[in-house]
Amino acid sequence: MNFSVEIGGLKLRNPVMTASGTFGYGEEYSEFVDLNRLGAVVVKGLSLAPKEGNPPPRIVETAAGMLNAIGLQNIGIERFIKESLPFLRGFDTPVVANFFGDSVNEYAEAARRLNDAEGIGALEMNISCPNKEAGWRVFGTDPGETSTVVRAVRKATRLPLIVKLSPNVTDIASIARVAEDAGADAVSLINTITGMAIDIRTRRPKLANITGGLSGPAVKPVALRMVWEVYRAVKIPVVGMGGIMDAADALEFILAGATAVGVGTANFINPAATLDIIEGMEAFMREQGLQDIGELRGKLEV
Amino acid sequence: MSRYFRAEIAENRPLGKDYGILTFAPSETAVEPEAGQFYMIGRCAGKNGVSLIPVSCRDLRDPLLKRPFSFFRKTRTGYQILYRIKGKWTAMMRDMKQGSSLHVLGPLGNSYPPLPKGHTPVIVGGGLGIASVFSLAEKFAGSAYIFYGTRTTEELVMLDELKGFAKRLLISTDDGSCGAKGCITDMIRNFGGEDPAGMYTLYACGPRAMMAALDSIAKERGMKGYVSLEENMACGIGACLGCVVKTVTGHQRVCKEGPVFDIGEVLW
Ligand SMILES: Cc1cc2nc3c(=O)[nH]c(=O)nc-3n(C[C@H](O)[C@H](O)[C@H](O)COP(=O)(O)OP(=O)(O)OC[C@H]3O[C@@H](n4cnc5c(N)ncnc54)[C@H](O)[C@@H]3O)c2cc1C
Ligand SMILES: Cc1cc2nc3c(=O)[nH]c(=O)nc-3n(C[C@H](O)[C@H](O)[C@H](O)COP(=O)(O)O)c2cc1C
Ligand code: FES
Repeated sequence: MNFSVEIGGLKLRNPVMTASGTFGYGEEYSEFVDLNRLGAVVVKGLSLAPKEGNPPPRIVETAAGMLNAIGLQNIGIERFIKESLPFLRGFDTPVVANFFGDSVNEYAEAARRLNDAEGIGALEMNISCPNKEAGWRVFGTDPGETSTVVRAVRKATRLPLIVKLSPNVTDIASIARVAEDAGADAVSLINTITGMAIDIRTRRPKLANITGGLSGPAVKPVALRMVWEVYRAVKIPVVGMGGIMDAADALEFILAGATAVGVGTANFINPAATLDIIEGMEAFMREQGLQDIGELRGKLEV
Repeated sequence: MSRYFRAEIAENRPLGKDYGILTFAPSETAVEPEAGQFYMIGRCAGKNGVSLIPVSCRDLRDPLLKRPFSFFRKTRTGYQILYRIKGKWTAMMRDMKQGSSLHVLGPLGNSYPPLPKGHTPVIVGGGLGIASVFSLAEKFAGSAYIFYGTRTTEELVMLDELKGFAKRLLISTDDGSCGAKGCITDMIRNFGGEDPAGMYTLYACGPRAMMAALDSIAKERGMKGYVSLEENMACGIGACLGCVVKTVTGHQRVCKEGPVFDIGEVLW
């Protein structure tokens, strides 16, 4: 049975990756998950300089989901390379470095730094961030900004480049096409959907940042629809994520066209969720008599 | 030995109107908790038996996340938490019967540091904060001053046990229905101690305002102190960065660097 997949040149032993920001730098979960069994470890979003992030409270649970406003707190690329990467190099699993910036130059410089580090299998650029040089327009919600920043990053790295799309747009397929044209090797989606929650007694937002990103089962139908739209719009592989809690959810994404999937919020509910999902997908393939996971990809019957 | 396990409810008994004590028995050998540590506790689905797909999280979508609860006490039948019915999960927890299953992650976080040589421990529990310091009080076996403050008499729990653990138990309630009337911090401010020359170390858990007031008392009197903090959590193991608090050295994770912090390091 062939369970391996390829994402823009990056070979994965199985299609299950972690979703950035929900799995730390891998080490936090290594007590519960044999990292050698994962398709890939995608680390918390990195920037050139360390970031303090937003004030607390940063997390609130909502119906079948959660809002987070971490504010991209991270230790910065230099410390990541020095302190976190050596641990991950000890495993036989590709590391995908998720990163972001607040200007085109910062993105490109971050990509260059990560490109030169040893032990990174691919880059995932988070474009759900505002551009300080373009009136804080969010890169991933404006086709022009998306094109410029992906082109700049493409020039800065030889590593497989995954562009992580924002769902906070009216037509995600067109942004995906722009990313493809600008040189992306793959796209991943969805990032969190902007939302908010209010405490009616204090009349204050439940998050200090007022708004936050919605994730978990609540977003799955939206994520699935977007993956299906993007799959039909581009030729490059799609990494699907958003509310995947078990193998059945993951298989829905594969049927909608995803080559690989990302598991995020589920790690918080069950730290071994990734492994349960891998086992469940394998069991399903056996049950259905499938030889290759590719036999399911995009096989939605309409 | 795993820090993620299934546990069976050995006992779940209500305590007063809004509280309960739940005892869980791990299904495998568990790591021994220390005073100050906590558990992330959630529901347990098991396998559904319909398809080959293991039901890791299905049907566990509301409430979704596990919730943090302090290690309260160890008994013959398992480990206890003291909980207050607050929202979705704790209301469900109240109705859970003996024999039902839970998913437990822990023990997590750091613990209360040891008492410096020659110091006398002063334990402060504000409201539900007593849950976090209870096993510490038990450990100090008769050597600690225990200050315990709540809003009303009904919220005071486990008084006989606390009396047994304490060198002296000092109680206050906001409405004066038991012990001194007012804030527990006022009592501590006026507390000379039986040994005026003595060195005291504070161990406290309670509402934020109480701990902020303790910080200023500790500073005035040159006391050492440790506080256990709360923040909303998702992962409980340092991965999501959801639970940070502001400290003199920047954001620190309550679940990893905490929940116990040096009182002087927290920015209130
Ligand atoms: C380290 C730590 C130790 C704790 N120990 C205990 C304990 O021993 N006993 C106990 O009863 N409670 C304890 N808590 C608080 C407990 O986690 C919350 O009361 C619980 O999550 C409420 O869940 P719920 O589903 O019933 O409420 P929800 O429906 O989730 O929310 C009800 C209210 O609780 C608040 N809340 C939600 N999550 C938290 C949280 N993590 N911390 C504080 N408030 C929260 C919400 O903002 C809301 O106002 C602890 C919290 C932390 C961080
Ligand atoms: C706490 C938290 C932190 C996140 N941090 C990042 C991040 O740093 N970079 C990024 O591209 N996505 C980040 N995400 C988005 C996830 O990677 C994922 O796209 C999203 O949560 C949807 O998947 P899920 O429903 O399985 O969680 C974060 C999500 C959560 C819940
Ligand atoms: S709860 Fe996730 S880092 Fe503390």
